[in-house]
Amino acid sequence: MNEQPITEEKPELPPIDKWLRSERMPHIWCPGCGIGPTLHAWIRALDRVGIPKEKVVYVSGIGCCGRGSGYLDVDGFHTTHGRAIPFAIGLKLVKPELFVNVISGDGDLFSIGGNHFIHACRRNVDLLVICTNNFIYGMTGGQLAPTTLLGDRSTTSPYGNIEPSFNTPHLADASGAVYVSRWTSIHVRRLEKSMAEAMKMKGFRYIEVLSPCPVNYGRRNKLPGPDDIAEWFRQSSVIRNGANTSDVQIEKGKPLILGNFVKRVGKPTFYEVMKKLEERVKGQ
Amino acid sequence: MRKTVLTGKHFWYGNIAIAEGAIAAGCRFFAGYPITPASEIAEHISRRFPKIGGTFVQFEDELASIAAMLGASWAGAKPMTATSGPGFSLMQENIGLAVMMEIPIVIVNVQRGGPSTGLPTLTSQGDVMQTKWGSHGPYEIIALSPDSPQEAFNLTIRCFNLAEKYRVPVILLTSETVGHSAGKVVVPPQDEIELVQRKKPKVPPEEYLPYKPDEDLIPPMAHAGEGYTFTTTGLTHNEKGYPDTTAEAHEKLVRRLNDKIRKHLKDIVDVEEENMKDADIAVVSYGQVSRPAKKAVEMAREDGIKAGSIKLITIWPFAEHIIHRWAKQVKHFVVPELNYGQIYLEVKRESAGKAKTLLIPRMGGALITPAEIYREIKKVNEK
Repeated sequence: MNEQPITEEKPELPPIDKWLRSERMPHIWCPGCGIGPTLHAWIRALDRVGIPKEKVVYVSGIGCCGRGSGYLDVDGFHTTHGRAIPFAIGLKLVKPELFVNVISGDGDLFSIGGNHFIHACRRNVDLLVICTNNFIYGMTGGQLAPTTLLGDRSTTSPYGNIEPSFNTPHLADASGAVYVSRWTSIHVRRLEKSMAEAMKMKGFRYIEVLSPCPVNYGRRNKLPGPDDIAEWFRQSSVIRNGANTSDVQIEKGKPLILGNFVKRVGKPTFYEVMKKLEERVKGQ
Repeated sequence: MRKTVLTGKHFWYGNIAIAEGAIAAGCRFFAGYPITPASEIAEHISRRFPKIGGTFVQFEDELASIAAMLGASWAGAKPMTATSGPGFSLMQENIGLAVMMEIPIVIVNVQRGGPSTGLPTLTSQGDVMQTKWGSHGPYEIIALSPDSPQEAFNLTIRCFNLAEKYRVPVILLTSETVGHSAGKVVVPPQDEIELVQRKKPKVPPEEYLPYKPDEDLIPPMAHAGEGYTFTTTGLTHNEKGYPDTTAEAHEKLVRRLNDKIRKHLKDIVDVEEENMKDADIAVVSYGQVSRPAKKAVEMAREDGIKAGSIKLITIWPFAEHIIHRWAKQVKHFVVPELNYGQIYLEVKRESAGKAKTLLIPRMGGALITPAEIYREIKKVNEK
């Protein structure tokens, strides 16, 4: 019997595969979660802008979104709760040639890490910060977040939330961020475009991505189906590029205002002013 | 050309000696938050760093400061911060992350009286146990304690060397007294200062496992942006750096994190022994208290009392083999310290059943005088 050489045809991998640690799949995220589409948009934006893999750093905090840094095949740092931004600042100041991203959740960035967020905006540290805002603490089982909407139920606001929620684009804008936008995880093309736009800039750039959490948010807030929140996003979204960020507070029953809100050009980054100071002192 | 290492003789406060020691050790990243009695270190660094190309950032709090140090270390810097009790308490969580991710950093704790806001401007040794156990989980850490500006300079360099070698946070556990007393500091020529650099991977990126240790239990450390594309996490992880939250993975990892320190006790632990050869009584001291302690031993010797001095330079890991050895010879250990008994407990543990241990406590605020220590030596001798 003649042995025929076996030619094995490798299945063609999707173009994003080179960015993933495929051996770690399946990931921990629930069906209907918005983190996956958000990271997908981020990867495509990286490819679109042409940032080489070895230059990309992904710093995350704690929570569902925090796990993302371990699924992507870039230098990934899964840090402590709330401290992703200062961790990223330290890294970026020592190696300014790297493209440093913080991708984390709303609780991580605006509750326990809120102070770091506003100070990083104020300093205009050269970071791209992406917040997947799912209005809830997903990983720990659906507790109240500073982004949970008024009246919403969570496992720690069983009678309805009595606290107003943060308008995070307004917070970023008022604190000095040079780029501020808000999209949702179903607006993947616009999100990708916005990310690519932000990637081409320098300074503190902030993108809020509204993201469904069917399991721990939707289920307790009359949006129990896997795509109910996505459907809410689809029906309520109104795109207003350049909107005044003080007008984009998210409220129940009102339009969700999305868009690229802020773009400040020419503001020097923290690193640049630091180097300027160094030159001045050395010249003395 | 600005001088980086200020070779020569100086009259410096302990806190300035620490800042200069850090510069001499190659520290070019400082992140901190103002706090008495440590602020002079940040102030001095903020003046010096722009001249020598270092990065100084006064952060919004101690939480951010230590987090930034961790990021900076992953980018290849040798980072330092300086703080005191309240700030040190705030840093504990990320000390744990530094232990777990194996990140070399140096933290200076200029101790002041606690608990809480306590005595901001007065001295203490109240944070000895916190230094060992302040973050959660079982871990080993390194801490050194200087008794003078010169030793503060020398030990700051050693802190960096140990942090680099063992990939562990190292704490310079000093105090207000040392920080705010001035003394002669001799800075050697730059080429005579021995510096240790962290181990770098020797394998190509595709073979690199970020948490695969060498025989010394310490894994080589790649930096961000070097093409090794590694991932690291505060979660229990395997050699690839991937989360592996099983009992087996935890046992393996946490044992190694502890053992890489425990198994190198002799390399890390440094003590100074005086008059110990025929001693019946050993005064065990550390930091600024070792100065009155040595004086008290001299006074006792003049009286014909066979007293000796063991000064702990390394506080953690504890010099258990040294105390264990002397416990076979001496009848008494006397431990003067500026707290209500911390190193005392360690000495007592190691001497149990062999020698007695006496504590001379002071809650902080003022030093213990040689006469006070001498009085206790005398009492013990008469027993």
